Amino acid sequence: MAAFTIAAGTGNWFSALALGVTLLKCLLIPTYHSTDFEVHRNWLAITHSLPISQWYYEATSEWTLDYPPFFAWFEYILSHVAKYFDQEMLNVRNLNYSSSRTLLFQRFSVIFMDVLFVYAVHECCKCIDGKKVGKELTEKPKFILSVLLLWNFGLLIVDHIHFQYNGFLFGLMLLSIARLFQKRHMEGAFLFAVLLHFKHIYLYVAPAYGVYLLRSYCFTANKPDGSIRWNSFSFVRVISLGLVVFLVSALSLGPFLALNQLPQVFSRLFPFKRGLCHAYWAPNFWALYNALDKVLSVIGLKLKFLDPNNIPKASMTSGLVQQFQHTVLPSVTPLATLICTLIAILPSIFCLWFKPQGPRGFLRCLTLCALSSFMFGWHVHEKAILLAILPMSLLSVQKAGDASIFLILTTTGHYSLFPLLFTAPELPIKILLMLLFTIYSISSLKTLFRQSFTVIAQAGVQWH
Amino acid sequence: MEKWYLMTIVVLIGLTVRWTVSLNSYSGAGKPPMFGDYEAQRHWQEITFNLPVKQWAKFINPDWIALHTSRGYESQAHKLFMRTTVLIADLLIYIPAVVLYCCCLKDISTKKKIANALCILLYPGLILIDYGHFQYNSVSLGFALWGVLGVSCDWDLLGSLAFCLAINYKQMELYHSLPFFCFLLGKCFKKGLRGKGFVLLVKLACTVVASFVLCWLPFFTEREQTLQVLRRLFPVDRGLFEDKVANIWCSFNVFLKIRDILPRHIQLIMSFCFTFLSLLPACIKLILQPSSKGFKFTLVSCALSFFLFSFQVHEKSILLVSLPVCLVLSEIPFMSTWFLLVSTFSLLPLLLKDELLMPSVVTTMAFFLACVTSFSIFEKTSEEELQLKSFSISVRKYLPCFTFLSRMIQYLFLISVITMVLLTLMTVTLDPPQKLPDLFSVLVCFVSCLNFLFFLVYFNIIIMWDSKSGRNQKKIS
Repeated sequence: MAAFTIAAGTGNWFSALALGVTLLKCLLIPTYHSTDFEVHRNWLAITHSLPISQWYYEATSEWTLDYPPFFAWFEYILSHVAKYFDQEMLNVRNLNYSSSRTLLFQRFSVIFMDVLFVYAVHECCKCIDGKKVGKELTEKPKFILSVLLLWNFGLLIVDHIHFQYNGFLFGLMLLSIARLFQKRHMEGAFLFAVLLHFKHIYLYVAPAYGVYLLRSYCFTANKPDGSIRWNSFSFVRVISLGLVVFLVSALSLGPFLALNQLPQVFSRLFPFKRGLCHAYWAPNFWALYNALDKVLSVIGLKLKFLDPNNIPKASMTSGLVQQFQHTVLPSVTPLATLICTLIAILPSIFCLWFKPQGPRGFLRCLTLCALSSFMFGWHVHEKAILLAILPMSLLSVQKAGDASIFLILTTTGHYSLFPLLFTAPELPIKILLMLLFTIYSISSLKTLFRQSFTVIAQAGVQWH
Repeated sequence: MEKWYLMTIVVLIGLTVRWTVSLNSYSGAGKPPMFGDYEAQRHWQEITFNLPVKQWAKFINPDWIALHTSRGYESQAHKLFMRTTVLIADLLIYIPAVVLYCCCLKDISTKKKIANALCILLYPGLILIDYGHFQYNSVSLGFALWGVLGVSCDWDLLGSLAFCLAINYKQMELYHSLPFFCFLLGKCFKKGLRGKGFVLLVKLACTVVASFVLCWLPFFTEREQTLQVLRRLFPVDRGLFEDKVANIWCSFNVFLKIRDILPRHIQLIMSFCFTFLSLLPACIKLILQPSSKGFKFTLVSCALSFFLFSFQVHEKSILLVSLPVCLVLSEIPFMSTWFLLVSTFSLLPLLLKDELLMPSVVTTMAFFLACVTSFSIFEKTSEEELQLKSFSISVRKYLPCFTFLSRMIQYLFLISVITMVLLTLMTVTLDPPQKLPDLFSVLVCFVSCLNFLFFLVYFNIIIMWDSKSGRNQKKIS
């Protein structure tokens, strides 16, 4: 009730938005949840009932622990709250246990952890300068950004229906970005290091962080033309950054180093045996590659160029997670995907190094790193598109060009998440929420940049 | 309207909330042999499908409505079908009426109109009953709303037709019939009974009779059949009230068991008298001074009088009062929000039986949040905002110290909300004592009844004291 009087009394629109989306999340509690629900229940059980030395070795369930140690510690802390809801969920042998209290606890834990995300969005709004023209609240960039982030369709359906804990992780990432915007570089670096040890998928964007911090933080000054001034290199800053990263990693991996379990941990974290594509293909380059391979093999069989006996039996479209050889085109190895990714991020990294444009340039590079890794990475999940969509939102409310790119990215990205929810009762929900978000994003950004669009249109008219 | 996209977003939010509530349990889920309203609706589908032959339903799974063998049928696909029909009915009838009503409101900005639509669409009572408990109230309420729209915008014939459809869909809409009658009669008198007024009267009478005849034609074949239908629609044999409901008779029954003491026909006469005595002043005023605003307020007070004093009232009938209150949300946001919260609270025993605690709490909070941010209701508690200015001026002629009205109302609101929250917590967490197993339901009904009595007085005051300001400022339609 206190929250209400606060929101009511101060007329604070941000609290109203945050509270509104939290209530919507509560309504999504009885929806379908995927196997990820069982994954996290299993991790609660593992971290609660087994000693640390067993965490990365336990394999009773097929959903073994494959996130870095900080996430394991997070599950450990959660498990101490879980025991008041339902003791049975903490039994490692209770596979697929999902009593109503378990469901309630898990769902509420996601909703509760989103508090960090809300705080991060609040900090990001502070970094956006409000346009002086917009008088109405709903036309201010801060308001639009808050809605685009807090009510993000992808995050809602992945976290609160499909079931994952991306909310607070993206909160950490947005918070570190906000700190970099506010020139608190050490905090930003620290937060990102912590984030990496929660979920290592954020390695996708680590190059952007590394290059930006090196170029714009460790080199304290630029020459007048913007290029690098080598003698302004600050050893103190480099050492302190290195120390921060080292300490965080030591805290995370230290215990496992002491137990000599590092190889096992890494094999769990980077399971290359899982195959080029996930069971549900992410809509990336390799999906097109596979499709092309399939088409060529069908044509080849029809035209008798290929011998049917040479075709491998395993099919990539069978929905299984495994290694696979291509028929016509050359097979792809993890190294090949790494090289492709590196080539793809090279232009943006070069720009970030040779022509730094401050935090905004960093954000662009980060988005491009995320997109490139999504396109060319090994065993990418389609949920990884959120890694590109959420930072892009920050750019979209400030420039018209970014806004149009953002609209294309977000609409297609969100649509590509539809196969995650394949049950009939959830069909209206995903359609309604998608329509809601898409209509809002298009109309609000159009209204925000109405003037720039009219200028462009007028210029176009004059030209003809 | 320039902000069409915001209105679309509001409708989408309303639809999303409705569908997510429908994912929960329904009335009588897994509780043979009686089940609940869900089974009742399915049963009616069974009857109407099988008895006169209808071809259209061939494409839907025949197992769902096979005569006799489908009693108590429950499956995931069937639940999806039933929920979808409610959503489609809502989308076709109720939601367009709400959107159109909000767009036609005068003297308020576009943003306030959209916010008004959001609050009406988020009203928890209707969502929980239709999508949780399971009923099709949005059809009858939607038709009634089209009726209100038509009559307020001077499309009297279409309005009356829509309202007749509402009554023939669900006889509970008769609660709204008196204000319609009085308003239209008042309009006829205003236009002069010798000229245009008389023509209008005849046209209206014909429309009403024609629509009734059309609906009832299949049942007019035999006198006995007609009587049977009437007996089913108005079950006077069932007694003064059934189960626990937040009306006067049930609350009075706590102290004095009138249901058992008085004979049936005395009960009938008593409830008849009380009902009509309490709604007469407002109706007479509406005939003499027909105005759109008076019409809406009279809808509220009539429906509330019926709810409090009538025979065999069900707790879901509070929805018939909530709809008109939603319509006056923009004029007295503070009191309307308060009333709508109490009306949802009065449904608590029913909702708990259907295991809808989480959706009811969440939707109530969402509704409250929407009202607070849209209308800043806590800043609108002055006498003028509450439309009590003329009343308090009249009282001050006799009692010069009567200046504390708005303070008193604010305190009453606080007490009411605290009581409701406490009772909800108690009902959920505690077990009632063995000697009084219905203690909490009775307490909920009693508290709601007290609140409703206060609102009855309040709305009647607004109607009766509305004379001068109403005539000068608003056009009489």
